[in-house]
Amino acid sequence: MRIWPQTLLPPAITTSLYFLIFGTLIGKRIGTMGGYAYMDFIVPGLILLAVITNAYTNVSTSFYSTKFQRHIEELLVSPLPDWLIVAGYVTGGATRGVAVAIVVTGVAMVFANPVFLHPLLMVVVVVMTAMLFALAGFLNALFARSFDDISIMPTFVLTPLTYLGGVFYSADLLPDPWQTISYANPILYMVNALRFAVLGVSDIPVSSALTLIMVFLIAFAWLSVHLMRRGFGIKT
Amino acid sequence: MIDPRAPALELKNLRKTYADGTEALRGIDLEVEQGDFFALLGPNGAGKSTAIGIVASLVNKSAGSVRIFGHDLYGDRDAARTLLGVVPQEVNFNQFETVSDILLNQAGYYGLPRRLARTRAEHYLRKLELWDKRETNSRSLSGGMKRRLMIARALVHEPPLLILDEPTAGVDIEIRRSMWVFLQEMNAAGRTIILTTHYLEEAESLCRNIAIIDRGVIAERDDMAALLTRLHTEHFVLNLAAPLERLPADDTFAMQLTDSTTVEVEVRREQTLNEVFAVLDEAGIAVSSLRNKSNRLEQLFMNLVDKGRGAGSDVGRG
Repeated sequence: MRIWPQTLLPPAITTSLYFLIFGTLIGKRIGTMGGYAYMDFIVPGLILLAVITNAYTNVSTSFYSTKFQRHIEELLVSPLPDWLIVAGYVTGGATRGVAVAIVVTGVAMVFANPVFLHPLLMVVVVVMTAMLFALAGFLNALFARSFDDISIMPTFVLTPLTYLGGVFYSADLLPDPWQTISYANPILYMVNALRFAVLGVSDIPVSSALTLIMVFLIAFAWLSVHLMRRGFGIKT
Repeated sequence: MIDPRAPALELKNLRKTYADGTEALRGIDLEVEQGDFFALLGPNGAGKSTAIGIVASLVNKSAGSVRIFGHDLYGDRDAARTLLGVVPQEVNFNQFETVSDILLNQAGYYGLPRRLARTRAEHYLRKLELWDKRETNSRSLSGGMKRRLMIARALVHEPPLLILDEPTAGVDIEIRRSMWVFLQEMNAAGRTIILTTHYLEEAESLCRNIAIIDRGVIAERDDMAALLTRLHTEHFVLNLAAPLERLPADDTFAMQLTDSTTVEVEVRREQTLNEVFAVLDEAGIAVSSLRNKSNRLEQLFMNLVDKGRGAGSDVGRG
């Protein structure tokens, strides 16, 4: 929050541009998707796009910076347990993800008319996804040996998976084998879970999506704490 | 929480082999008593930073044990770490935070309530003459101030054992002296201090006990006074009052005229400076001043290190 022009303002501007271009200009020609105006259809995807990017980047850059500047040593010398160090960074990243989700939802309400059918489920999906990608960012920072390594994952893995994760389209529109292949993309499950929470439509059963997010969440949390305990990437 | 009979630091068969096969520590056994002011010396690459790194939980050990006031660093992790404060060689605080925030955050890592943390932060920042800089961004501090900030940070949870790795490296002599006084006060108040330094004069004037690590093993462990008495010879530089062409013939002392007004003389332990002056006086040579060619501990240190590398040594023969 101390540097909100760097954290909260950019997603508001980016999302406004998405709505302006994909929603207002192109969306009108597309018509409806999943029974909703295209502008409304892309709201959940855009929220999650911002959550994923911000939660991930927050932790990967801040934890790598901590390693790079060596003030990770302050934490390692102290009696803080390893799980608490991981939890601290993940909470920071997830909080930013959730804060950005609120900002993007506010922007969406200016441009579109999302119905928010299941608000509690919406909160659950956003918080779990933010935590998951905060953990992914933490793992990226643990493995990273240079600042370049911090940008490789978002650029070559995260962004393609997010854009191909049904943010702007329904998986039903894809011809086979691309439709089948797209089901191997975990982000597709998260976007559809949020789309169900907001609009009540989804390409994937919500229970499957939530189970998948939970499995990844537990696996990434265990791996992060395990690697911290071993001092992977931070101790010699 | 502290067993009064337990050593402040106890290392047993501590070993470290790096991934590339380098054996940095080859089985170190070391005990530092409570209340001691202890010097851990060694040439570059000897293993002292690795040993400190393991004690500080920054380096994974390969084998052995570390106990701090009787608490096993691995089995009784929280208690052991709470009793330890470390001042590293390199700056390792967040350079985007203010001086005050660095101390308050550190206090938080040790579970200190915010009010107590503020009181302690003020106390140590005043003690180390950084109070006026409390709202300053830490990256804009001078080198000496950064070192003092790291000392204040290590003390904010008031650990009974303080390890300082080259605390005065690169600071000017005035600040170095004031840091010595501060550390002596800390030690006099009962805090155990372990120091590594390249300024052997610093170790000699501050520390009561000493260990020298060389190539991953403890080459020497003794109290400072006893170790220095084992120095067989000392070298002095004499500045002459008037230029001299040739030294008087004398086989009592090994003397060398390094230039027309400077003489270097080797004095064995059983000899005195009075005898040197008597020889010079007899030859009508006046001495205006003299100094040790090297610090005594430095000489001893070099002898030990040379001995370890197979060169001749005069340590222990006297």
